[in-house]
Amino acid sequence: MAALGGLTVFYLLAPTLVIVPMSFTEARILSFPPEGFSLQWYERMVTDRQWSTGIVNSAQVATLTAILATVLGTLAALGLSRGRFPGRTAVNALTLSPLIVPVVVIAIGMFGLFVQWRISGSLIGLVVAHTALALPFVAVAVGTSLRTMDRNLELAAANLGANPRRSFFHITFPIILPGVLTGAIFAFITSWDEVVVAIFMTSARFRTLPVEMWEQVRQAVDPTVAAVSTTLLVVTTVLLLLLLVVRRQAPAQ
Amino acid sequence: MTAPSGPDENRTTGDRSDDRPALVLRDLRKSFGSAVAVDGVDLEVRRGEFVTLLGPSGSGKTTTLRMVAGFMSPSGGSIEIDGNDMTRVPPYRRDVGMVFQNYALFPHMTAAQNVAFPLRMRGQPRVEIDRRVADALGLVKLGDLGDRYPRQLSGGQQQRIALARAVVFEPRVLLMDEPLGALDRKLRESLQLEIIRVSRQLGSTVLYVTHDQEEALVMSDRIAIFSAGRIEQLGSGEDLYDRPASLFVADFIGESNILRGRYEVDGADGPWMTRGQSRWRIGHAAAERAALEAGSAAALVVRPERIHLVDTGSAGGPGMNVVDATVDEVLYLGPDTKYQLALENGQRMVVREPREGSGRELQRGDAVRLGWSVEDGLLVADPASG
Repeated sequence: MAALGGLTVFYLLAPTLVIVPMSFTEARILSFPPEGFSLQWYERMVTDRQWSTGIVNSAQVATLTAILATVLGTLAALGLSRGRFPGRTAVNALTLSPLIVPVVVIAIGMFGLFVQWRISGSLIGLVVAHTALALPFVAVAVGTSLRTMDRNLELAAANLGANPRRSFFHITFPIILPGVLTGAIFAFITSWDEVVVAIFMTSARFRTLPVEMWEQVRQAVDPTVAAVSTTLLVVTTVLLLLLLVVRRQAPAQ
Repeated sequence: MTAPSGPDENRTTGDRSDDRPALVLRDLRKSFGSAVAVDGVDLEVRRGEFVTLLGPSGSGKTTTLRMVAGFMSPSGGSIEIDGNDMTRVPPYRRDVGMVFQNYALFPHMTAAQNVAFPLRMRGQPRVEIDRRVADALGLVKLGDLGDRYPRQLSGGQQQRIALARAVVFEPRVLLMDEPLGALDRKLRESLQLEIIRVSRQLGSTVLYVTHDQEEALVMSDRIAIFSAGRIEQLGSGEDLYDRPASLFVADFIGESNILRGRYEVDGADGPWMTRGQSRWRIGHAAAERAALEAGSAAALVVRPERIHLVDTGSAGGPGMNVVDATVDEVLYLGPDTKYQLALENGQRMVVREPREGSGRELQRGDAVRLGWSVEDGLLVADPASG
């Protein structure tokens, strides 16, 4: 059992474990095992204009996506869990549909529409597209928090004199905050390493990091890609660790 | 703060000159679709009175309480608090306190912040809030635990904080929904006394919900027995125990021996209850109170502690009913012994006697004779066989 488990873990981690040492190589081509130790590819990543703007673009898109998806997803979850209106089940299914519909289908659909609207190949276009992809993660995370929250707390707040608005800001929101932060982190990550929609939605003037990688690898395989990959990985890992911290800080129900 | 010397004084007198009832429910109703949860409840609660809604689960007592709190809107009838119609007023403007079974303390606030919450919502100045929170925490004897979060407190401590939070803003009515249901027996008993002490000290008007009859008897001035969405009987614990108005109440409050039969009146010999060959005498007072028609289906209710084991030769006499029985089980309950017995016709009986001085050592299978004073038999209508 233990051996099998170990093998599975190795299988899952191997690609990652290969790319990280490769980024520190002295050689001029991607190779494994790496030769020597050098930080030149990281230096290249930061100094090269194309790579560094890619990093900045990705960070911008992911941050804006996280904010927008968190606000909309939280509102959607509140409406779906607290509201009583016809077609609630259908709205719930539609909110979650980006998780199920093939990404490439979404990408093509949006591409067609955004070209018409003249927002393709721009920051705003990509943010709107990524928000649609990230929203279900927020809706699910916040929805779970709302479902596990003791409804009596809201009744108690009303009983003690809090109107619905104050009840939300003083009681509901602080209690579902861990769920909201979880959703925000997932939304950021969703956008941060998304490549399919981004390929459609970016242009030569505006590229995110994953798209830049894809473009560069098609031309020449230089170890900078390994350095960039490692950077993507580190950011994602740090965010996931942050998620664990958020979960641990959540007040006991 | 000290408890008042005579606990009952603060209850009824207090400083309120006007004697309007604190809470009035008129023909209160609630249905969920075709299911009727509350079916016309009328109730008046006096200022400073402790009234308990007691009944089996699903009898409508919690639904009634939730309508008073404003968490549910009634399908019919009205709710009046201090003379004001509150039927359609949202919960946050009703000014009633509520203690929940699961405490419902806000997990992200300390005990003191929880208690301060209703005062903050009322825009009280900080100094005033601090003073009243300290008073309320002192009242429930948790003055030094204000900085703790709910998860750092025991169940009993959490419920005392919840109580402090519910009374700190001096609500017009204090509602409690099975507040001790989640606690173990020992703690429950000490918190019962705590709740009584706090509510008396503050002169609170309390509407309390429980399914635990002992709790209701210990705590209440009056008890409303709920059954199928209605109040079956309203009265003091003594009223309900000694003068149940229906078979349901007799069966629900305390243990009872229920002898079903036909109510008969034959001349000077007084009223009787008959079933097959058996005949039991009924007291005139009990017969008068029940006001049954001769020949109607009725039940004679006798409390286990009113029945005595008498000599097998004893004939009873005019003031006594006697019947032969066989001992099925002998249960020792500390100060008392409880006998489970069977009459010849298979009817089961329970008798409770103090162990002290009984001098008897009965065994299973022993033949005994039971006797009770005619005056100790309660007569009620028997709807089931009617």
